[in-house]
Amino acid sequence: MDPAIELDGLERRYGERVALTGVTVSVPRGATLAVLGANGAGKTTLLRVLAGLLRPHAGSARVLSAELPRERWKVPGQVGYLGHEPLLYRDLTGRENLRYHARLHGLDGSRVEKLLAAVGMDRRADDPLHDLSRGMVQRLAAARALLHDPPLLLLDEPRAHLDPAAAELLEPLIGRGSGRTRVLVSHDVEGALGEADLALGLKGGHQVFAGSVEPAAARELYR
Amino acid sequence: MIGAAGTILRKDLRLELRTKESVPAMTLFTLTVYVLFHFGLDRDSLDGELASGVLWVTLLLAAVIGVSRLFAAEREQGGIDGLLLAPVDRTSLFLAKSAALFLFLVAVEVVALPAFGLLLLGPGLGGALPELLAILVLGDLGIAAVGALVAALAAETRARELIAPLLLLPLLVPVLIACAQATEPLLRQTQGPEDLGRWLGLLTLYDVVFVLLSVAVFDYLLED
Repeated sequence: MDPAIELDGLERRYGERVALTGVTVSVPRGATLAVLGANGAGKTTLLRVLAGLLRPHAGSARVLSAELPRERWKVPGQVGYLGHEPLLYRDLTGRENLRYHARLHGLDGSRVEKLLAAVGMDRRADDPLHDLSRGMVQRLAAARALLHDPPLLLLDEPRAHLDPAAAELLEPLIGRGSGRTRVLVSHDVEGALGEADLALGLKGGHQVFAGSVEPAAARELYR
Repeated sequence: MIGAAGTILRKDLRLELRTKESVPAMTLFTLTVYVLFHFGLDRDSLDGELASGVLWVTLLLAAVIGVSRLFAAEREQGGIDGLLLAPVDRTSLFLAKSAALFLFLVAVEVVALPAFGLLLLGPGLGGALPELLAILVLGDLGIAAVGALVAALAAETRARELIAPLLLLPLLVPVLIACAQATEPLLRQTQGPEDLGRWLGLLTLYDVVFVLLSVAVFDYLLED
């Protein structure tokens, strides 16, 4: 079976500035890749390229058998993206937000209700987002990312703002037990390596390592 | 594509009903300008070219406010990313935003037109209303198509509040000319309508060209 993600010499620039270069990694289906690196290392850029939100400028990138950027149209609907921003409207309620995204994915309301219950937000689902705590919004953002039951999850600090109970609640949905291929960006080196099958280290947009790595070596990325 | 556009449009209308960010501001602006003209021109009533010009320039400037806010929620709350992550045609976003702007303009005109008649027209709109409605619909369609295109373009720039009017107003000059010329005979106190068909034809042509052009280029505006 094709790997879920296959990158070879991936490069992405913002104008003249190189944000990512020479990224080469292969992620089998169902595996978890931990992406590690200090602020500005290129982690979020990598996730956005994999989500089809940014086009790669050089190298090759295949995501779920879609060649990027040529077949980028195949990627939406197959990835669940949980990034820094919840991608939800502050003036709509949680239920309205999820129903909106569900309709864009061609889904009916039953999936929304199921996920609201799964993330423990069914009782606050009719409150506008601006009345909710950041942790509650993060739970709704996780529900949004999972609405269409994507085979690939792109997670950028997914447990940020979550209290331990909420993190535990989301574990079966976005954790290792979810059975999905995951790309996990985290600054918690030990935690990320503990739940990953392989790791990618980035420093200043350059790949430092790809594969298995000891926590002590991974921590060097932050020095 | 139409289904996705409907979904986005419903969301936009719901957000507008809840936040009241665009339509009240556009309406208040329009009413304020008519009041300013009422006192500033120091005349009991306007007619012909002057009345037509005041009506349309004010509506166009009000449209700038709507265009500036059209992508605000998408830009500030990640709506465009959310949309790009869904398996929908990007053209649906253009259709939804154009339709939203069109409906905003109609809502403004429902209030602005009677106020214009009351403050600035002697005999009122009366019998000219059917023709004026046709001009308004065609004018609003053109403004909505160009407005959605410009709003998407400006949303990706830093100086978006500056870019939107600077791009929008020159592009809308043909709409202004056609609408003002078509409206002018309707607001004359002495004569009936003339050349209306020619100006409505020009407006229709403008609308068709800009809707097609916008659909063709909109995808590229959303590229990173």
